[in-house]
Parts: sequence; C-alpha cells; structure tokens
Amino acid sequence: MAAAPESAGTGKGLIGWIDQRFPLTKLWKEQAAEYYAPKNFNFWYYFGVLSLVVLVNQLVTGIFLTMSYKPSATEAFASVEYIMRDVEWGWLIRYMHSTGASAFFIVVYLHMFRALLYGSHRKPRELIWIFGVLIYVLLMAEAFMGYVLPWGNMSYWGAQVIVSLFSSLPVIGGTLVEWIRGDYNIADPTLNRFFALHVAALPLALIFLVIAHLMALHEVGSNNPDGIDIHKYKDEKGHPLDGVPFHPYYTVKDTVGVAGFLLIFAAVIFFAPNFFGLFLEANNFEPANPLQTPPDITPVWYFTPFYAMLRAVPSAFGTQVWGVLVMGAAIVVLFFVPWLDRSPVRSIRYKGPIYKIMLAIFSVSFIILAVCGMNPPSGIYPTLARICTALYFVFFLLMPWYTKLDSVKPVPERVTGHA
Amino acid sequence: MLKASVLISIGLVWAGTGLGTASAAEEGEIRLLHSGTDINNTESLQRGARNFMNYCSGCHSLKYLRYNRMSTDLKIPESELVKNLIFTSAKPFEEITTAMPAESADWFGKQPPDLTLMARERGTDYIYSYLHGFYADKTRPWGVNNLYLPATAMPHVLSERQGLQKPVYKNEKDAHGSAKMVLAGVETMTPGALKPEEYDQFVRDIANFMDYAAEPIKATRQSMGIYVILFLLVFFVFAYLLKKEYWKDVH
Repeated sequence: MAAAPESAGTGKGLIGWIDQRFPLTKLWKEQAAEYYAPKNFNFWYYFGVLSLVVLVNQLVTGIFLTMSYKPSATEAFASVEYIMRDVEWGWLIRYMHSTGASAFFIVVYLHMFRALLYGSHRKPRELIWIFGVLIYVLLMAEAFMGYVLPWGNMSYWGAQVIVSLFSSLPVIGGTLVEWIRGDYNIADPTLNRFFALHVAALPLALIFLVIAHLMALHEVGSNNPDGIDIHKYKDEKGHPLDGVPFHPYYTVKDTVGVAGFLLIFAAVIFFAPNFFGLFLEANNFEPANPLQTPPDITPVWYFTPFYAMLRAVPSAFGTQVWGVLVMGAAIVVLFFVPWLDRSPVRSIRYKGPIYKIMLAIFSVSFIILAVCGMNPPSGIYPTLARICTALYFVFFLLMPWYTKLDSVKPVPERVTGHA
Repeated sequence: MLKASVLISIGLVWAGTGLGTASAAEEGEIRLLHSGTDINNTESLQRGARNFMNYCSGCHSLKYLRYNRMSTDLKIPESELVKNLIFTSAKPFEEITTAMPAESADWFGKQPPDLTLMARERGTDYIYSYLHGFYADKTRPWGVNNLYLPATAMPHVLSERQGLQKPVYKNEKDAHGSAKMVLAGVETMTPGALKPEEYDQFVRDIANFMDYAAEPIKATRQSMGIYVILFLLVFFVFAYLLKKEYWKDVH
C-alpha cells in the first residue's frame, strides 16, 4: 500500500482522519483562514458576499416552494395561492423567494458597478469578470423562467413577448420559437420546460459558475479600492503587509454587512412584499388568460433597461431584428470590458475626470433606461430611450480611447486606510 | 455602512413611488376615491364578511379562501359562521365557491369573476370607488353604468342600500377645439336605505374584507415583521461590536 502523499494532513482525530483522505484543512486554510484579502475593503465590497447570501436564500426557499408548486397550466396559479394560504409558513417562503429575486439583481448590479469603479476586471482578473458576466446572463434566464412559473397574466404575456423576440431572427425565427415553446403558443409544455430549467439546469450551472468565480478570485487575490497589488510588500512569513486573513477579519465584517442587508430585506418581505408593484406586479394576481392582454406588458424592473433598448431601435428593412441585436450587444459588450479599459491605473481614485464623468453618464443612462422600460413608449420616453441607449454604448465602445486620453494621479505603493 | 444602506433604501423607495405616481397620472381618467381601509380593524372585517356574503357571494366566489380560515382569522364563532354566513351546502373547511352555473355568462355577458385576489390586482381604492361609481344609464342591460369601469356587466346590487345616482357631465374642448360632453362624476338621484356616510362605511368594510381575503396573512405578517426588524437591529449592533473588537489591531 502506498503511503499517504506528503501534502495530506498529519493531524489527529476526526479532522486528521478526514485530512488524510480529503483536503479539508487545506481547503479551509487556502480559501479562508490563510486567504489574505486587502485590509481596505469599503462598503462596495459587501455586495459579493451578499450575492452569495441571496443565492443560498433562493436555493433553500426554492427547494421548499418546489415541494408544493404544481408546474401545470391548469394548477400552477392555484398552487401558488395554496402555498400562500395553506402551506405552513408558505407565505414567508414565497415572499423570501420573490423578494430574493429582485434583491439578487440589486446586489449583482451594485457588485458589477464596484468592478467598474475600482477596475476589478483588469489583468489578471479578466476571467473572474467573464465568469461574473456569465453568471449575470444565466441569472437573467433563471429569473425570466421563474417569473413565468406563477402563471399569472403578466407571467403569461411577458413570456409571450420575450419568447417571440426570437421570431425576428431571419429564416429560423419561426421554427426556433416553436421549438422553445414546445407548442404553437405559450402553453403547458412551455411551463413544464421552464420549470425544469428553473429548478434544475440553471441553478446547477449557476452554482458551478459561482464556484469558478470564487476559485479564480482566490487564485489571483482580491482587488481593492486603491486598485494596487498587496503582494508587493510582505512580512517575514510571506504574508502581505496590507492584507488580513479572510477569516476571521472579513467573516466578522461581512456579518455586519449581511445583518444590514437582512434589515432591508426583512422590511420589504414583511411590510412591502409587492414593493409598489415592482417586485410582484398587480396584473400577475390575475390568472394567465391567453384571450386578454394586460393594458401594458412590462417586464419586471431588472429587465427594463434592456427592454427599453429593444424598443428604442426602430425596425428597418422590414424586420425588427435590430432591436434584438442591440439588446444582445448590450450584454455581449460586457465581456470585453477588461480589454476596453486602457487606463494605466485600475481604481477610479487615481483616474482622471473623463472616466468619472463617463461612468456617471453611464449610470444615469442605465437608470433612465430602466424607467423608460417601465413606462409605455409614448411622450418623452422613446426619445430618452434612444439617447440613453446611445450613451450606454458610448461608455463601452469609446473606452479604449478616453481611458488612454484621461489624466491619472500617482498611485500609492501601499493601500490607504483600512476597513 | 449603515449610512449607505439607508441611502440605498431611500433610493429604492424613491424609485418605487416615483414610478407609481408616473403610471397613476393617466390623463382623462377619473381619480379613484380613497378607501381608508384598515386590515387590523377586526370589527370592520366582520361587517365586511357579512356584507360580502349577503350581497356579493351569490355571484362572486372567493375560491382560494376557506370558510373556517375566515372565521378563525376574523374571530367569528363557527356556529355563527354556519348559521349566518354559509348560504350554500359547503362545509366550513371548504372554499367559498358560488352556486353560479356556467350559463351565467349568458345572463351577464360574462361570468362573474372570482374576487379572492381582486384587492391585490386592483387595490382597495378601486373596489371602494367601483361600488360608489354606479349611475343610471338606460342604454345598459341592467340600467346602470359605472364611472370607474365603463360598460360594466354588473348590475347595481347595492342600489337598495345606496339609492341611485345620475351622471354629471361637463363641457370640454377636445384637441381640435370643438366642444364635447365629458363624464365628470355622479350625484344622488334617489336616496337609498343608508345615509351617504353609512354607505361609505358599508362599502369600506367590503373593501377591507376583500383586502383580507386577498392576503389572509397580511395583518399577522406586519405585526410579526416588527419583531423580526427589532431582532435584526439587536443582531446588527452585536455584529458591529464584534467586528470592532476583531479589527482594533488592524492599522
């Protein structure tokens, strides 16, 4: 029999027994107790751990919802009301899940914004960013399919609108849409497959990507608000002088962040689960009705910026495919951000005024697009949506030039301040 | 940290309310009345249940609400429930369905809808307004129309309570400058059994009860929420102190 490899643990007791067979202590040390994170994380650095908290919330509450939900066009709507009324604590589980969906997008949007602030996507963290954008894309698919499941009238017509986007593709459009729906209309087979994707396929892929996202992060180490490398100055043990072990320093700090988040999260769940019709839409309390279109079909708030872009682009050459392409491009362009940013510094703290102004314009445009997407395309909204769509792309496509042109401030050798 | 989360929540609330008002301010629409319902007022809910069962449940079901859930939540004794509120052959544990046959669609032009979730779909203000909005209109099958739901298929079931109203028109110039008559409101034509304030309360109780029916857990949820928030506040303080203790060596 071969002896245990050198790297295997030499400890005693149960942990020692496990360590000789599985790298438990090794993993714990590498990922937490001896993972050195910069000591100067600020408020923006909470949204990573909060995304993880919301992911776990969605997985756990989702499992319990699955136990009582019926993925059938004739029973789905009533089964949700059954959960709300007859299942013990079902109302709480359902509100945690529905509020969690919106919370997920809030924390993920802020997490992505943090990367744009401090250049967290720059070399050597390009793959972390790419995994992140993939997570975001999957999250949109996951949220869309989850939104269809209660089978309310907005669920139904939202699915109708989103799925029919594919019909604008030339040649294959019609067949593709039929293939997605599994029927000539949004119907029972559509609901069944969306359920399968929502509770099995996409969560699995999401978990896999989140692990990849974290592994890549812990391989290269976290960025920080100063955008500098903390591994340049180390103590005699080889630990970065500006770093602190993730555990216990950031586990206790993140607990504060999680508590703050839970305060807001609970306030919404217990006092405003509809959140003014943004998280749970009024029209979705009416069962799906293929014969009655709601007055305005609008997607849930987190999709509205992209929905506004879709509507902002006029049809040309007898097809509406351009809007779909622009909307797709708005997502695809995100993958290239690490290479579009040519600034010699990572963090906005040491970038010049041009980047600051561009990021501000971009952020405001994104919010205006969200508002445009929530409102009927009349009055000032179509024009606003067109201007803001253009500004959205200007931010990304001109980035190679304006980040080079921009002035920079001298970057300090060591991080400034601590959390 | 705390400051920033407060800012974010204010931002969210601002966004939410801003959007709400933007969509409510549709032009040409008659403004809804304010219902003033209170989900914690059990007596109002009890009266609302009585009113609903007597005047609405003949045609409209509450198919997601069970009779005994209602009586438990509203503190109505089961004997009272069986004697005064169940008009069908239903058992107390059954849902509130109606004896309306499918042909009723032919009587009214459409099947009377289930009202369990109406308060979540349209709001209590809408229900309160709708029940105030009937006015005499000879062109309609039941002789009444509604200010808030033009060409409604429903007869004025509460006319014996409210009396009958007549429409009030006003002159308005359209975009081309030609004058036209526009429906502006309603006024009493023949009084009913209830005084106007009594009728307001009668309808408010119904709207309140329908708010309850749409989400029976609502009152419990809100009172429970206060304890959850209080716990989280305490937890937040301890988490913050623990963080300070750990981080005091980091410079």
